[in-house]
Amino acid sequence: MADTTDTTADGGAAAGASWDNEQSEVLLDYYRQMVLIRTFEQTASEMYKRAKIGGYCHLNSGEEATVVGLMAALERRDYLFTNYRDHGYALCRGMEPGAVMAELFGKSTGVARGLGGSMHMFDTEVRMLGGYGVVGGQLPVATGAALALTYRGEAGTEAEALMCQLGDGTTNIGAFHESLNLAAIWDLPIVYVIVNNRLGMGTSVEAASGEPELYKRGASYRMEGDRVDGNDVVAVREAAAAAMHRARTERKPFLLEAMSYRLKGHSVVDPERYRSSESSEEAKESDPLPAMRDWLLAQGVLDEDKADQIESDADQQVDDAVSFADSSPDPDPADLFDYSYATDVANAPHTLPGEPVVEMP
Amino acid sequence: MPVITYRQALNDTLRAELTRDENVFLIGEEIGQFEGSYKITAGLLDEFGPTRVRDTPIAEEGFVGAAIGAAMMGLRPVAEIMTINFSLIAMDQIVNHAAKIYGMFGGQTPVPMVIRTPGGGGQQLGATHSQNLEVWYAHVPGLKVVAPSTPADAKGLLTAAIRDDDPVIFLENLSLYNTKGEVPDGEQVTEIGKAAIAKEGTDITVIAYSRASVIAVETARKLEEEGISVEVVDLRSLRPLDRQTVCESVRKTSRAVVLEDDWLSYGVGAEISATVMEGAFDYLDAPVRRVAAAEVPLPYAKPMETAALPDAQDLTKVIREQLEATSFFR
Repeated sequence: MADTTDTTADGGAAAGASWDNEQSEVLLDYYRQMVLIRTFEQTASEMYKRAKIGGYCHLNSGEEATVVGLMAALERRDYLFTNYRDHGYALCRGMEPGAVMAELFGKSTGVARGLGGSMHMFDTEVRMLGGYGVVGGQLPVATGAALALTYRGEAGTEAEALMCQLGDGTTNIGAFHESLNLAAIWDLPIVYVIVNNRLGMGTSVEAASGEPELYKRGASYRMEGDRVDGNDVVAVREAAAAAMHRARTERKPFLLEAMSYRLKGHSVVDPERYRSSESSEEAKESDPLPAMRDWLLAQGVLDEDKADQIESDADQQVDDAVSFADSSPDPDPADLFDYSYATDVANAPHTLPGEPVVEMP
Repeated sequence: MPVITYRQALNDTLRAELTRDENVFLIGEEIGQFEGSYKITAGLLDEFGPTRVRDTPIAEEGFVGAAIGAAMMGLRPVAEIMTINFSLIAMDQIVNHAAKIYGMFGGQTPVPMVIRTPGGGGQQLGATHSQNLEVWYAHVPGLKVVAPSTPADAKGLLTAAIRDDDPVIFLENLSLYNTKGEVPDGEQVTEIGKAAIAKEGTDITVIAYSRASVIAVETARKLEEEGISVEVVDLRSLRPLDRQTVCESVRKTSRAVVLEDDWLSYGVGAEISATVMEGAFDYLDAPVRRVAAAEVPLPYAKPMETAALPDAQDLTKVIREQLEATSFFR
């Protein structure tokens, strides 16, 4: 791992250092995905303001290099659990942008039939088993899913493994520590990835964490960890892929910390009054998108026309996603109880507010 | 028919299901080497090994959540929480995850898991170890909550719970483990969501579950000697709740008392009373009465503990009051 990651990485605008040996097509593909996420999130924010999207809406803006790098490290057979800042992961994992947008719009064509919303992207086909809304909630569940993988087959290069993403603030909750402990004593094929965007809502990592170098918190469980520059998509991929490889071949859990920035507020309605202008400025300067664009241009991998094309392609994809979502049907209230239980059960409550509870002959 | 204890019925059923389905596994604190705090899992580690009978650290949130994740992947975990009091530590996982994952994600992944846990006071275990919190879970859509009172139902409902694709809270009771009853050999599956008439009667209905149902049946048998015919409805399932059976019984007897081990306010009895109001109001000769635990943190000292918990004497008194108020003895 030492040659791919930098334990002192603090996530400045890094581009290029580890990219020399990458194929142009691979880098272009990452760039395309990053642009798609940025465009998707900007549009989601706009649609929120137009009241097409309700509830909470947390964006990956600023974290695109981390998201794309992490997802590039997964095989199709691997599983993913994330927190509520999950749109980008869903897109990179292979959910259709239209179905993701439809979920935000609360439409029946959404990835969770419109029943989950922004925080709950889920698709068994692409093995992303949730977006989870409660901080830390995904960790015990993901840990148990990793346990199930050990019942399925032996460790090896072809084995399945699991990634569980979390935010920096999550490292302070009990579920984080209980989960890491279980993964350590049971030798589970799981990689926990802390996306450290330096702010848990409005509270800084330094103010919230007794050990602000968060990857070191695995030491209590003798779990290896590392910190990587979250703005360097290749470095993220390399670090995550090495950890996943170890998880699948040796059944050893790992704690990876990706240093990133949040360009916007905690959610789309957060005006960020707590944030200093320096912090916002730092985030902007570290923005991985222009950095990667400039690097690709300088290397001749990209020219202005092609760069514009990538952006307009993303615009088109997201426009199509919005059209799809907008024209999709709402879920039918008549189906309200369809997913009450997986196994039908006698006397299951199926009454709407105000309806009689007891039907007697 | 063999007569065995409630404990043995649970142990036999776990063994049978572990044998029948290799996706079933047990998970919890001290269930392996220690054979369970209340010895429900005795012998199973030796028989099935540490993968099928998995000891965990003291980490309810962690291992309950792990059971949820394993269930999402197709395994069928049966988690033991040492007592229902400690389930509070796993509350986020039970309420925000186990109960939500199937519906919230649009029906993509069921969560076929069981959480076995005993409640109950009366053992001088003090305020934090004597609670009956089943109603907290019975309140939550997405969960199923069953509370067997007999060894036969312990077998039938545990079998059903393990084979069910939804998260089931399986409520046991410390004072029931040594009770005995007839348990049929072979496969027994008791339908979840259906109450049972534990004893037929015509004069008054007592609605109860778990330990309270046993007390209700004993009380009914005693009163029968005096010519009072008490019908006992054993709810067996708190979610879903079989309102129909309750109301049918009350329509027949015109009098109803709820006996429950949980605290009175907002308890199971409150729900039953409201149900009877709606489904049997015109048939009632008197308001529904509730016999429930006194609303205090349960004290340690024996006379204090005894005073706080509902028993046969309390139930008998209220049954008599109900009958007197409705001119039964004239």
